[in-house]
Amino acid sequence: MTTPAPSPAPAPRRGKATAAVIAVVFVALVGLLFYGVLVSDRADREALPSPLIGKPAPEFSLPVLHEAGRLVSSRELHGQPYLLNVWGSWCPGCRIEHPVIARFAETKRLRVIGYNWKDEHADALRWLEQFGNPYWLVLVDYDGRKAIDWGIYGAPETFLVDADGIVRWKHVGPVDDAVIANELGPVLDAIGVPR
Amino acid sequence: MSGRVAGLLLSLLCAIVLASPPVPAQVVRDAAPLEFRDRAEEIRFHDLVAELRCVMCQNQSLADSNAQIAHDLRREVFDLMRAGKSDAEIRDFLVERYGEFVLYRPRFGGHTWLLWLAPALLVLAGGLVIARILRVRSRQPMAADEDQEW
Repeated sequence: MTTPAPSPAPAPRRGKATAAVIAVVFVALVGLLFYGVLVSDRADREALPSPLIGKPAPEFSLPVLHEAGRLVSSRELHGQPYLLNVWGSWCPGCRIEHPVIARFAETKRLRVIGYNWKDEHADALRWLEQFGNPYWLVLVDYDGRKAIDWGIYGAPETFLVDADGIVRWKHVGPVDDAVIANELGPVLDAIGVPR
Repeated sequence: MSGRVAGLLLSLLCAIVLASPPVPAQVVRDAAPLEFRDRAEEIRFHDLVAELRCVMCQNQSLADSNAQIAHDLRREVFDLMRAGKSDAEIRDFLVERYGEFVLYRPRFGGHTWLLWLAPALLVLAGGLVIARILRVRSRQPMAADEDQEW
């Protein structure tokens, strides 16, 4: 391009329009990638959103860890909200969140119910003896069949069920103080659980 | 001969794979293989689990995964089949519990239309761009290009 070719009159405008479109697409792409990088930093980036939120909790009738022969049904638990914490003695994440759950249970804001998932009876009892039992009640799902109704796929998982038996919130992975303060707290306030 | 070597290698590979399961988080219980009634049932089962995603190990299908939850879900799918449920009903059962994510082929609907239509839309947009460029070029006199070194 030694000598600029005489171009038709509308060409520069069109060239500018094309450049603008390319710039917009480029900026949008960079924005998308940047968003992807930001999101990838979240600890729960692989957590699946539960389709159960806003829907009735699955009905169940499960044995109680500490009382052989006693079954507790989902209907017995209705009337007051409860936090369902899925754990197993084989689960390293459960040990991490255990002190957090214990501290939250001590506030007595609502019942914290343990959901012992695919665990050996003796192991579960020993685990609670060793680390302390923060639970109001521990339900046992030995073969993991009922867990499928809850959409449980990896411990620890935590559900909030309101007084009407509707699932209000779910967290996948260890619960920490930030999750309780920033996520669970507001939901509890919203459904009117007194502090 | 080569067949026997291949078989040997395959069984060796199987032994290695079986000997080092990927992070067994849980006690593998009830690992008995599913007993199919006939070949048709087996094919139906394998087709179904191949297009269901394992929820734990998210880049494997239910058929491929060795995770405990995948084992449980395969058993559930098998039991639902035995209970006379159709493939669509079994998919719905899992979507109700685990969300659309379990389907490798998500259904066309309110929140997946963009996913399904995006390739066609992109091809269409690309076609429009090319058509525009070609139209502009064909309108320009050829002489204008003579100065360009490329």
